[in-house]
Amino acid sequence: MASMGRMIAQRLLLGLLTLFVVSILIFLAVNALPGDFAQAILGQSATPEAVEAIRRGLGLDQPLVTRYFQWLWRLLHGDLGVSFAQANFAAYVGSASSAEAITVADQIAPRFRNTLFLAGVTAAIAVPLSVSLGILAALYRGSIFDRGVNIAALTAISSPEFFLAYILILFLGVLNPVLPSLSNIYEGMSFGERLLKTLLPALTLTLVVTAHMMRMTRAAIINLLASPYIEMARLKGMSPLRVIVRHALPNALAPIINVIAINLAYLVTGVVVVEVVFVYPGIGQLFVDSVKIRDIPVVQACCLVFAAAYILMNLLADILSILSNPRLRHPK
Amino acid sequence: MSIRAGILIALVAMGAASLGLRAIGRRLWPESPYWRDMPLGVAFGYVLAAAGFALAVKLYFIDRIVFFRWAMNGLIAFSIAAWIFRALGRRIGPGWSRKLFRQMPLTASFGILTVLAYAFTAIFAGWLAPYGQAEIFDAVNVLPGTDPAHPLGTDQIGRDILTRLIYGAQNTVGIAFATTLIAFFTGGSLGFLAATIGGWLDQLLSRGIDVLMAIPALIFALLLMTIASAWAGSERWMLTLYMVLIIALIDATRVFRLARAVAGNIVVMDYFEAAKLRGERLPYLIFREILPNATAPLLAEFGLRFCFVFLTIAALSFLGIGIQPPLADWGTMVKDLAQFINFAAFSPLTAALPLMAAGAIALLTVAVNFIVDWMLQKSSGLKE
Repeated sequence: MASMGRMIAQRLLLGLLTLFVVSILIFLAVNALPGDFAQAILGQSATPEAVEAIRRGLGLDQPLVTRYFQWLWRLLHGDLGVSFAQANFAAYVGSASSAEAITVADQIAPRFRNTLFLAGVTAAIAVPLSVSLGILAALYRGSIFDRGVNIAALTAISSPEFFLAYILILFLGVLNPVLPSLSNIYEGMSFGERLLKTLLPALTLTLVVTAHMMRMTRAAIINLLASPYIEMARLKGMSPLRVIVRHALPNALAPIINVIAINLAYLVTGVVVVEVVFVYPGIGQLFVDSVKIRDIPVVQACCLVFAAAYILMNLLADILSILSNPRLRHPK
Repeated sequence: MSIRAGILIALVAMGAASLGLRAIGRRLWPESPYWRDMPLGVAFGYVLAAAGFALAVKLYFIDRIVFFRWAMNGLIAFSIAAWIFRALGRRIGPGWSRKLFRQMPLTASFGILTVLAYAFTAIFAGWLAPYGQAEIFDAVNVLPGTDPAHPLGTDQIGRDILTRLIYGAQNTVGIAFATTLIAFFTGGSLGFLAATIGGWLDQLLSRGIDVLMAIPALIFALLLMTIASAWAGSERWMLTLYMVLIIALIDATRVFRLARAVAGNIVVMDYFEAAKLRGERLPYLIFREILPNATAPLLAEFGLRFCFVFLTIAALSFLGIGIQPPLADWGTMVKDLAQFINFAAFSPLTAALPLMAAGAIALLTVAVNFIVDWMLQKSSGLKE
């Protein structure tokens, strides 16, 4: 048990280190911009004096390393800065200090909750569906059902998200208006209403991630079917379904959990396109909008949030696969 | 809830039907072990398939959802074309290709046929398309099917949509192909070098690439595109060039991983040790010892990588930061035409326009994936 705790602590530390290096990478990438923030905020026609004032205000006259650690320090205290759009707006309205403007953290927090809600709904549909489809495909391997599911899965994996999204909109939103094709979600909505509006994007994402998980579940189970203990169970006269669910599935759990966690990591980041299609007010949409208007503080913050979520989910996959596999629990 | 009750009744009816099916089968063929040992689940599966088929036939004849009919017609036409293509391949051509076609599943021949068709369209786009890709006509927003000069109509600034669909094959597929080639060249050679030389070079490259891979691909691409758009300024074609380089960089990291892993298995082989002890130099080791033994996995990876690159470019273009106008591109077309989908009830052909562009993307990736799947299955020798 103690060695396991140490292994998990090791992974956590490694994840933190990765996050640290990623933050350096993002910081450096943003600082590779031509000109600097000050010019970006004020635009081409700014007077040199104004640029200089903002530059001093943002601390841009300091060396790069100092600025990185200042940025990191503020980041750790939840201060992600003020977006250019908001800063511009504040300057236009005439509020003196940027403290009154809406900070990036304020902008991101509710949207991140929405994105997590969407990812959660998707996971709640996709995980049971894909595992049961995978078990069925393994049970009837080689049959028409198996081949049909496989072809459908390959097609769903390889189609772009917006293709699946528009097909769903066409059939479920326009021709048979059962689900709303625009997800305008606001504060204070009832849960049922919110779920209904999230359903179409969630279904699209389900189509995208189910295929991969189902294929991996099927492969993991079929890998085990050649082993002697499965043959023993079969020779005892057990029904095929029972052989798979009782004997093969527990040993196939590690790869299945792994692929589920990796797909959930994909979900957190793969929402970008789907959110744009359905105008879902999540973090992905904010990200794309900020990329278009080059709102650097928001881009930076969103990028960091996505990377953190991605690293965390991968870490979780790692730890869960250690926990579910006794052989990995006791390294030689 | 009438819907819930309906579903429940349908399920019960199908359960009864499957019991009946099994009973009839046992009555008709009393000796057959197939019917005797049939689990209820299998019988239920047959009934479910029959119900699904009946539903599909019913949907096929409903005029309101003519899209379903078009999709089905397309599917049937493509299957027949693929079947004919395979039958031809089995009879015509040199011995090795005939052998190849004999073992080929229908999905793979469908994939090969589709890829050939795309390649043909991409190469001869200038000759196939009725107009130039940036040509602007006076007639704006012509609905498809109303003007014989523009069979698929024109878009919001008066460009012929059919022309742009055809040119999309050249631009979107061509740019994706070039990007994949760059990614493969850089990632592959660095991976081979890391595995062959080892030591600090391997450590340096691998750790650096670990960090790059810790950021999800699309997010990283978007971050770098923000910076690239600032560098490119008002020169839009530069942005397309930057996009190619950025996506090539991101995908090269994935290729590096695979190339290094594959080469890592080869450098421990005896024949490689022998070549090293003979005093062969690095280029010989890489091109004559590693490369010939790594082609099969790398070829499959090339197909998959192409799909990823193609989808990433399409997604970026769809978000409005990928391939820039005046180049015709499918992702951008989907974005521009997307609102037409709301006219589905009045003018199905108009609503189908964004789906055509998106479907063109989907069809190619599906085709490539079918081929890769078949290649992997063939090379691994796995039957299941």
